[in-house]
Amino acid sequence: MTMMEKPLPVPTPTSRPFWEGLRQRKVLLQRCLDCEVYVHYPRSNCPNCLGANLEWREVSGLGTLYTYTIARRPTAPQFQDETPQKIAVVELDEGPRLTTTLVNVDEAAIKVGMRVRPVFEDVQGTEVTLLRYEPA
Amino acid sequence: MGLRGEAAIVGIAELKPERRPQGPFKLPIEQWADLAKRALDDAGISPREVNGICSSSSIREASMFVPATISEYLGTKVNFAEVVDLGGATAAGMVWRAAAAIELGVCDVVVCALPSMPGPQPPQADGRPRGMGFGASSANFGSPQAEFDIPYGNVAQNCSYAMIAQRYAAVYGYDPWAMAKICVDQRTNACANPAAIFYGQPITADDVLASPMIADPLHMLEIVMPVSGGAAVVLAGKERARRAKHRPVWVRGFGEHLEIKTPTYAEDIVKTPVGPAAEMAFAMAGARRSDIDLVSLYDCYTITVLLTLEDAGFCAKGEGAKFIKEHDLTYKGDFPCNTHGGQLSFGQAGLAGGMSHVTEATRQLQQRAGENQVPKADLAFVSGTGGVMSEQAALLLQGD
Repeated sequence: MTMMEKPLPVPTPTSRPFWEGLRQRKVLLQRCLDCEVYVHYPRSNCPNCLGANLEWREVSGLGTLYTYTIARRPTAPQFQDETPQKIAVVELDEGPRLTTTLVNVDEAAIKVGMRVRPVFEDVQGTEVTLLRYEPA
Repeated sequence: MGLRGEAAIVGIAELKPERRPQGPFKLPIEQWADLAKRALDDAGISPREVNGICSSSSIREASMFVPATISEYLGTKVNFAEVVDLGGATAAGMVWRAAAAIELGVCDVVVCALPSMPGPQPPQADGRPRGMGFGASSANFGSPQAEFDIPYGNVAQNCSYAMIAQRYAAVYGYDPWAMAKICVDQRTNACANPAAIFYGQPITADDVLASPMIADPLHMLEIVMPVSGGAAVVLAGKERARRAKHRPVWVRGFGEHLEIKTPTYAEDIVKTPVGPAAEMAFAMAGARRSDIDLVSLYDCYTITVLLTLEDAGFCAKGEGAKFIKEHDLTYKGDFPCNTHGGQLSFGQAGLAGGMSHVTEATRQLQQRAGENQVPKADLAFVSGTGGVMSEQAALLLQGD
């Protein structure tokens, strides 16, 4: 049986700078110039004011662990090799949240509210870099 | 604002949940027709009287023009044709839309059906392995989920509900025993309902807590088991409802609320859209929480029940576990909840799983729930949850 291909992000014209940023070890967020909130995931229009004046800014990528789970069964067949998977939601210091997985941490050490920092993982044989997190 | 309470559920149809369906496979559209016939027979209404239909978008025979396809197949001429796309909240969403259309005078008899049996495969099926999809998660190009969630394994429902539960634990504390009691009480209800998939199989809290951990903190027995089935309801206007076979069950209030698709982007992951939906339903009906005789709470997971109890206002935020421990949630108890067994023990037949909350509340209010009958059943609260606490619909149903 052949290994099922993992689902990878396919950048859109709007989101491309985010993924290119990760490739260069940078976390980029959109900032709305009209209402001054940070936005993630990338959008054409600000989810706070629907304004279309969004600008890319580099941020530290630091944040806190908002919540997590340890998926002890594959959430989809493609993730069989990563199971148990430490799926997490990180709240960035700028406000927005993102989905990620935790790496370099023991199960017992994971605590909601812990400080976390980005880990840039180049996906072999592709142009994609995923944004994972580890304890800061 | 809202309904006058002059449209009623008058008939129900429900197929017994089955792990492996018996009998010949039927196309979803054939199942639709069959469910419509059963629900109309139950109400004592002729198919010729139907002038409204409400469907989900998941009729395999058509991806567009769904109501027209159904109308033609059934030979039914309709003035009201609606497709509802609210996942597990579809059933409750259908009921209020049908009631609203009836009260507006657009139509008088509406069938809402949710077939959920597997159908026959087309003869030229290409034999590709199944299970390649991502369930309710969209993998389409440009979908935020496809780009920012699916690559990290945040797919399907288990892990997202587990992350809600984990956050709840961090904010309010977590009582695994109380969560297990939800399963135990609902299983007691299922053991009094011969139609339930887990009929005759009682469980204890220890059984629940000893079942395998699927996604922390959710155990296997805290998660619904998908089954084959199907369910439908018929609604009718004031005059027609009074001449139907059973006690009319008036739709007195409803609410609906959506904010997000993926909980990662919720304003507060443990403050769910149940709140605004329930608030609207109660306000519209002019009813208090203490007036309610029984509840049918969408229960894809134990955490769904806990959050619904809190956010719908049956107890204070953070006090759900205490409430569960202080009340008997069985049909014999002081707070009857999911008297058919709930999806956790009755079975989750796709979108019809959510409809089972409506049909069971109706059966109770019509005083024909058999061994499970709640002695006083006049006012019921029904909730529907779609996605991962992302789409919410609530109903207040009152017996005539």
